[in-house]
Amino acid sequence: MPYALCFLLLMIGLYCAVTKKNMIKIVIGIMVMEYAVNLFLIMLGYRLGGIAPIVEKGDLESGAEQIAASFLSASVDPLPQALVLTAIVISLGSLALMISICIRTYEKYGTFDITQIRRLKG
Amino acid sequence: MSVPLPAFVAVPLVTAFLLPIFGKKGKAVATFLANLATISLLVLAVSSIGQSGVYEIGKWSIPLGINLVLDGLSSLLLLAISVVSTAAMLFSTRYMEQYTAKAKYLSLFMLMVAGMNGVVLSGDIFNLFVFLEIASIASYALVGFGCEHEELEASFKYMVMGSIGSIFVLFAVALVYGNTGSLNMAYISKAIQSSGLNAGLTFALALFIAGFGLKAALVPFHAWLPDAHPSAPAPISAMLSGVIIKSLGVYALARVLFNVFGITIQTGWILIVLGLLSMIAGAFLAIGQWDFKRLLAYSSISQLGYVILGIGLGGLIIASEANVAWASLAILGGLFHLVNHAVYKSLLFLTSGSVQMSTGTRQMKQMGGLAEKMPVTRATCTIASASIAGIPPFSGFWSKLILVIAAIQAHLYWVAAIIVFVSLCTLIMYLKVQRYVFLGELPESLKEIKENRGSMLIAMIFLACLCVLMGLLLVPGLRFNILEPAVKVLMDGVSYSANIIGM
Repeated sequence: MPYALCFLLLMIGLYCAVTKKNMIKIVIGIMVMEYAVNLFLIMLGYRLGGIAPIVEKGDLESGAEQIAASFLSASVDPLPQALVLTAIVISLGSLALMISICIRTYEKYGTFDITQIRRLKG
Repeated sequence: MSVPLPAFVAVPLVTAFLLPIFGKKGKAVATFLANLATISLLVLAVSSIGQSGVYEIGKWSIPLGINLVLDGLSSLLLLAISVVSTAAMLFSTRYMEQYTAKAKYLSLFMLMVAGMNGVVLSGDIFNLFVFLEIASIASYALVGFGCEHEELEASFKYMVMGSIGSIFVLFAVALVYGNTGSLNMAYISKAIQSSGLNAGLTFALALFIAGFGLKAALVPFHAWLPDAHPSAPAPISAMLSGVIIKSLGVYALARVLFNVFGITIQTGWILIVLGLLSMIAGAFLAIGQWDFKRLLAYSSISQLGYVILGIGLGGLIIASEANVAWASLAILGGLFHLVNHAVYKSLLFLTSGSVQMSTGTRQMKQMGGLAEKMPVTRATCTIASASIAGIPPFSGFWSKLILVIAAIQAHLYWVAAIIVFVSLCTLIMYLKVQRYVFLGELPESLKEIKENRGSMLIAMIFLACLCVLMGLLLVPGLRFNILEPAVKVLMDGVSYSANIIGM
């Protein structure tokens, strides 16, 4: 069920990016898509009531196998979280570039409406 | 292993961050450094031919850490990238004097090279996405570099389409991770072989095709290319058409379909259909263009169709378990056409840049009779046109011939007919270029123009020589060293994983 909602969010973003006529709204649509994918990645590794897979000093007494078993049964997967961090940084970079292009376009054309920004054809 | 693999990413990355330091006064130093970096990458790429190896970043062993993999296909692409980037960099030494902020341009250029080298070397699917985004974001910025009306519009369009493509790829990576529990391509491939495709993985496959298809501008996803490529400065158009769409699109698609998921009859047909659509639509749209660079951009779509068609044909023959020799021939044709197209299309874009710099226009109707005024540009453009149209001694002829033979051997006679037909259309469009740009009456307004000098000419002549000599790649000695290892990587298919893990 959460996965389906996540997919719905992705589709809302795609719909927004494809049908909207305002440049800023298109950018917002793309960002909604990004966040939907990030959310999906987080949920892949998430587990209700999970623990962080970190070994503390006191845990060492119980032995390596015990620790591994407890991580397997109860911990969240840390890898997708690392991936999402990277993906967020990348999407921040592209967001900054997109918005700056929007601003420059507004300076040139005086509008955000893509139906009026049509010099390229053919 | 003698070639240091991280250098392919590290050298351009370090240069990219060094260059903006020089600012306005040190422009000459920055240009020299950037040229030095591209040339040293070319040397590295040449010395990497015939080698293979795996590099584990930070000594983390394979399933845990990120690894870089050099094999035949990667080294073929590295060679193409470094040849085109060396020529484009030489060309921009002089060409980019028209623009301000040259150091920033050079820096973005090097970032793009770093991203592409990373994509072709990465053995980790998430890392592939990261490098893909580095190269893409640098190219979005470079398309809009002129900051005029058209550049900004094209850049925004390219960026929206490119970002959606990247998001599809990221979503597919997430699905693959969720279903196989690994991000290393070799381990994913092993997991898929043992468990087979489930619904999630099939969806991921579809997303990969759509995402990389958007980056490669295959026909249903091509809308951004004819705007973005002409609007960029000429050396960047050369990079975009020459290598970006190939390393981010075709290479990544081929790697994922052949080596990770394993080629099936359905995916083979999808590639063939995408290839044929791109070939026909690109060629028809190109003939009608009057903007020099726009015509070249549409022709890129059409030529990329050949590459995808060759690879798909090979995959289809492998999957249907017919004669393997013909499969390897089809893939050889596709990859050979990829390298050829990288060289002659970047040369064509450089000549268009040279014409644009002298005449100040891209409209073919306002040109004419430039043959006398710009002899070198004319000569190199004619060589490239002959090559792309497939006139016998030049390289384009051989790759198309190989594709036709492979199509006939696969008993797909109509495919062979379409290949020949599109080749005729290509001939028509380049005759049009020759007729309206270089022959005919010289308009009154262009009486005073001069040929460009210096590094621009060197870059064009360098690529023109390659165009003439590329046919030699089929001579057995060179073929076994350069093309055959690349074909073998795709032919081996999913046994790629065994090679990586075993090494």
